[in-house]
Order: sequence, then C-alpha cells, then structure tokens
Amino acid sequence: MDANTSARIKRRAARVAHGVGLFLAMLVICLPGLWIVLSSLRPTVEIMAKPPVWIPQQISLDAYVAMFSGVGKGGIPVFDYFRNSLIISVTSTVIAIAIGMAGGYAFARYRFRGKSGLFLGLMLTRTVPGIALSLPLFFVYAKLDIIDTHFGLILAYVALNVPFTIWLIDGFFRQVPRDLAEAAQIDGCTRWQAFWQVEFPLAGPGIASSGIFAFLTSWNEFALASQLTRSINSKTLPVGLLDYTAEFTIDWRGMCALAVVMIVPALVLTFIVQKHLVGGLTSGAVKG
Amino acid sequence: MATVSLKKLTKRYGTMEIVHGIDLDVADREFIALVGPSGCGKSTTLRMIAGLEEISGGTIEIGGRVVNDLAPRARNISMVFQSYALYPHMTVRENLGFSLKIAGVTEDEKARRVAEASAILGLDALLERRPSQLSGGQRQRVAMGRAIVRDPDVFLFDEPLSNLDAKLRTQMRTEIKRLHAKVKSTVIYVTHDQVEAMTLADRIVIMREGHIEQVGTPDEVFKRPATRFVAGFIGSPPMNLHEATVADGKLAFAGGGSLPLPGAFKASVAAGDKVVFGLRPDDLYPVGHGLQSGDAADVHVVELPVAVTEPLGNETLVFAEFDGRDWVSRMLNPKPLKAGDRVAMSFDLSQAHLFCAETGKSLRA
Ligand SMILES: Nc1ncnc2c1ncn2[C@@H]1O[C@H](COP(=O)(O)OP(=O)(O)O)[C@@H](O)[C@H]1O
Ligand SMILES: [Mg+2]
Repeated sequence: MDANTSARIKRRAARVAHGVGLFLAMLVICLPGLWIVLSSLRPTVEIMAKPPVWIPQQISLDAYVAMFSGVGKGGIPVFDYFRNSLIISVTSTVIAIAIGMAGGYAFARYRFRGKSGLFLGLMLTRTVPGIALSLPLFFVYAKLDIIDTHFGLILAYVALNVPFTIWLIDGFFRQVPRDLAEAAQIDGCTRWQAFWQVEFPLAGPGIASSGIFAFLTSWNEFALASQLTRSINSKTLPVGLLDYTAEFTIDWRGMCALAVVMIVPALVLTFIVQKHLVGGLTSGAVKG
Repeated sequence: MATVSLKKLTKRYGTMEIVHGIDLDVADREFIALVGPSGCGKSTTLRMIAGLEEISGGTIEIGGRVVNDLAPRARNISMVFQSYALYPHMTVRENLGFSLKIAGVTEDEKARRVAEASAILGLDALLERRPSQLSGGQRQRVAMGRAIVRDPDVFLFDEPLSNLDAKLRTQMRTEIKRLHAKVKSTVIYVTHDQVEAMTLADRIVIMREGHIEQVGTPDEVFKRPATRFVAGFIGSPPMNLHEATVADGKLAFAGGGSLPLPGAFKASVAAGDKVVFGLRPDDLYPVGHGLQSGDAADVHVVELPVAVTEPLGNETLVFAEFDGRDWVSRMLNPKPLKAGDRVAMSFDLSQAHLFCAETGKSLRA
C-alpha cells in the first residue's frame, strides 16, 4: 500500500468520524425537543412509564384539542397568553433594538468620556441573576402599580435586553469600515443619510440577529414574568405552563403541548429572519 | 475655477499638534502631490480639505470661498480613499451612480454620466458586479470612476495606489495621469511614494512632521532641494549625505577623508562650519561610466574599493567605500565589477549640495 492510498483511507476515515461526531452532537441538542413533541402526543401513563417506552404505542392530539377547548373543559386561555406574549416580545424587541442601534453606533464610532466604564457597567448589569431581581422589582412595580400590565413586562425585558443588543450591535457597526460613511458624505450624504444608506444596510443582518436574540429572550422568559403577571391581562405563554400544575398532579402531556405551541412561532420567526442574514456582506469594501 | 488655498492650517488632537499652520496655494487645474513619510500629517491635511476632519486653526478656501465649517457635501470635492471605500452592498453601477442618486439627478442624466465615467475607465463589463467580485486594480478604477462621475471642482486622492502590487501601481499611475489630462480638475494627491509624486505632479509639496519642507516642481525639488530632508527623501537610490567640516577650501569628513569645497558654495560657508555634504548617485560614477553635468574642472577623481554591486541590467549600483562609509554610485553602460576591486570614481562636484548641519537648510546662495 503506497503513501497515497493510506493517506486517502485516512482522509475517508476522518470524514466518517466527523459525520458520526456531528450526528451525536445534533442528537444531544435535538433530543429534548423531540421528546417534548413526542410527549405531547402520548398518554401520561406512557410518559411516566418505567422503564421508559421509547417507541410510542398510542398517538393522539387530545392534549391540543383540550388546550383549545376553552376554560372549564380542561383548556387554558391560550389565545390570551399568545397575544400577551406576542405584544410584549415584539414591543420590547423593537425598543431594545432601537436603543441598541443608537447605543451600539455610539460605542462603535464616537469617543467620549467614560466610554469604557459605561460599557463595562452595561455588561455588569447582566451579572445579576434575573431571579435575584424579581423580589425588589416586585416591590417597585407594586408601588408603581404596574404589576400585571404589558407595560411592566415590556419595561423589564427592554432593560434585560438592551445591554446585549448594544454589545452585539456595537460589534456589527465596528465591522463596517469608517471610510464608507465618509465616502458617502463626500458623495453628498448628510451624516444621517450616510448612516441609513450605507452603514445600516451593512450592519442590517447583524442587527436582525440581535433582534432574534432579544425576541427569543423575551418570548421564553419565565422567572420575572411569573412574578410580575397575574391574570390573562398579561400572563405570557411560559407562565401559562403553570396552569397545568395542580396541587398534587402535573399534566405533563398538556404542558408539553403548550411548549410545542410556544416553540413553533419562535422557530418560524428565526427561520424567516435567518434567511435574510446574508453573511460576509462587507467583504470587498476595502483593500483586496 | 477651483483654486485651493490653505492659510495657517492647523490640526490638534487634544493638546497634540499634528499639523503646524501650513500655507499652500494650489492653482486651478493643477496636480499637486503631498508627499512625506508616514505619519507626517498628509492624510490629516487632506481630510481637513475634504471636511472629514475639523480644523483647529487657519482657513481653507476652495474656489475663493472659505469652506472651514462646511460639510463635505457642500464643498464639491471627490475623494479616492486608500481603502477604496466602495459600497459593498451596491453593484459597480450603483456605486458609480450613488452621488447622483443622492443629488436627485434624473435617471436619464444619471445613466448618461455613469456610462461616460465607465467608458473612460473601461468599467463597462463590470457594471453589474459587486465590489467583492473585483480585483484590486478594478476596485481602484471603480473608486476613481465614482470620483469623476460627480464632476467635482477638486479631486482628493489619499494614497490610492498603495494597496496595489508594484506592476499594477505603475500601470494605474499612468492611467491617473491620462485621466487628469482628460478631466482637467484640480487634484491634490497624497502619497508616501516619491516616485509617484515625481511622475504625476505639476508641483510637489514635501511634508515632514506637520510642516511643509518645500514646494516646487519635480525638477526643482530634485535639483535644488531646500533642506537636507528633501534631499534625502526625493530620488532613488537616495542622495549620499555625509557630515563634514569646512576647512580652508576643503571639506573634511569625520573619517579623515576630504573633498574640495564645491565652487558654488565658496561664498556661503566659512572655515569651521559644520555642514552636510550631499551628492546624488548619478553624480558619482566610475570614470567614464556617467554623465558629466558641469565643468570638467569640478570633477574630482578618487580611487575607491568596491563594497557591493547591484546590477540592474541597463545600469549597476556600485557601493564604494569612501571615508569609512559606503557611497552609492550609478554606473551607466556597466562593466563587470566585483567586491574588493578598486575603481577610479568621479565626484561631479558641480552637482553637489551643502546643507547646514544644524538647521538642515540648503547653503546654496
Ligand atoms: N484621531 C487621531 N487622534 C490622535 N492622533 C491622530 C489621529 N489621527 C491621526 N493622528 C496622528 O496624526 C499624525 C498624522 O497622521 P496622518 O495624517 O494619518 O499621517 P500620514 O502622513 O501618514 O497620512 C500621526 O502621528 C497620527 O498618529
Ligand atoms: Mg495617510
């Protein structure tokens, strides 16, 4: 066997090992999701069975039917929760992105006093676990009378997301060469036009990913929402999961069904936006 | 009319002054090169003219109008950046037409002017491509196209060729010259490459540490450098520059060697003066292998050992040892020489330069 043949065999073996490794990794990542979908379709006995039943014996959509069949008939107010979740997540994302763009741009482009201190301060706010904030936040919100309102949660989520959106968007604006905005100004743009015509389109994909990130954070947040919401006025889907817990029992199947209902829109949104995330858009701006 | 006039133009970053009150008058349609070593404030000066950098003092006039505080778009200039700064999300056509779109020019007019610029620069085949699909030279050409589409009063170039390889650089240099002949605008061209400055410019401005050292035609700065710095900066290979002391009709070098005091400087120096002696490689050559420029009486011949030779085909650079140091000479119509050979070298002293050792100023009367 000559050196070429053995090298070829080695390369093939490496490729196979690579594939197997990837498959295992994906399995670990996807399995919980699959298990949730599966659990939402099978009876509780099968979910709780020991040893576990891997291959479902009975499949039914009962949980979904029940969920949507109204309060009193085993259902929960899914539409209200969904509406609340949507309003709160979308609004807080839009605000967090707007602030993130302004802040990120300022950090990326301007020098000002206390810049690095401010930046560090923003990041430090994220070192406090959200749950530790929930009690003080509860008191403040109670005093302000904004518990169980959309406004209250939106405010909390904007605060939660802004440090991250600023940090991410700062990075994306940094990747857009300064020369481009200057060239645009020479070409007749005002500073404002230069931003919207050149810098924004180039940082756009990055800003969109920051948007997805902020949206998913708000959409899935549970700790704060469970403290700050009480009724269908403002309860979000994650909080709605608790409706399936009774004093002595937990309806795992129903809970999983609601989880699926939560996951689907998030998946769809991520999919739609990420199709527009064309990478490497800034390549070719400068040099060779 | 697009004259450019800088008066006491100053730039400070915080307390650090980068450009120290420079004065410069650029005539209409003149091609001016700002040249100097990296970090001497060329780009800063250019960016102040463009309006991309605030000025800390002095005035800038374009076409007789003070533009100190005007935004870049109000100055009717175009600029070609070192990085080209093409808009990556637009095609070449859109890049070229961008300024016209912003100015609200009609579609017909825009198409016509883009086509015109594209024809001048040979970009027709590339119009639908994006910058990332272009080679360095093509990007360079698009950047220039974008500048000429606007039909500006003044073109500003900031080291436009420094990202290209040597061959392409020479080619684009010629193209820029041809372009200037065609569009006839005032040009201010920044470069650190003295060859580019010499070949392109009507007049050259040599800058050093935020000051202007000399302004003159290529011929002037080459033949009559005003300072030791200019003498060393312009010309390739650089001028031989060595410190010496004047002593009764002679120049005594540090290593004990000496040369006659060139006639042109007899009146302007006195015995004991510390000076810097300068002689271009062209004016130092093995006897019979150079062009004598002045009086034969001014040619001083010394036999020197050869240290190194660098054959270039049509000529050979000979590094000969004199006074303990290597002096570079240019041997035309070269004959074979090797290290250690002794050759008679002609010092054409009619072409020599003397600078004050302290101030660096030329001592030519
Ligand atoms: N934003 C800035 N802040 C402080 N110093 C600067 C800034 N921009 C440039 N400088 C300094 O100004 C000097 C001149 O820079 P520049 O004009 O870019 O030189 P060059 O002649 O190489 O184009 C350099 O020493 C540089 O460090
Ligand atoms: Mg520069």
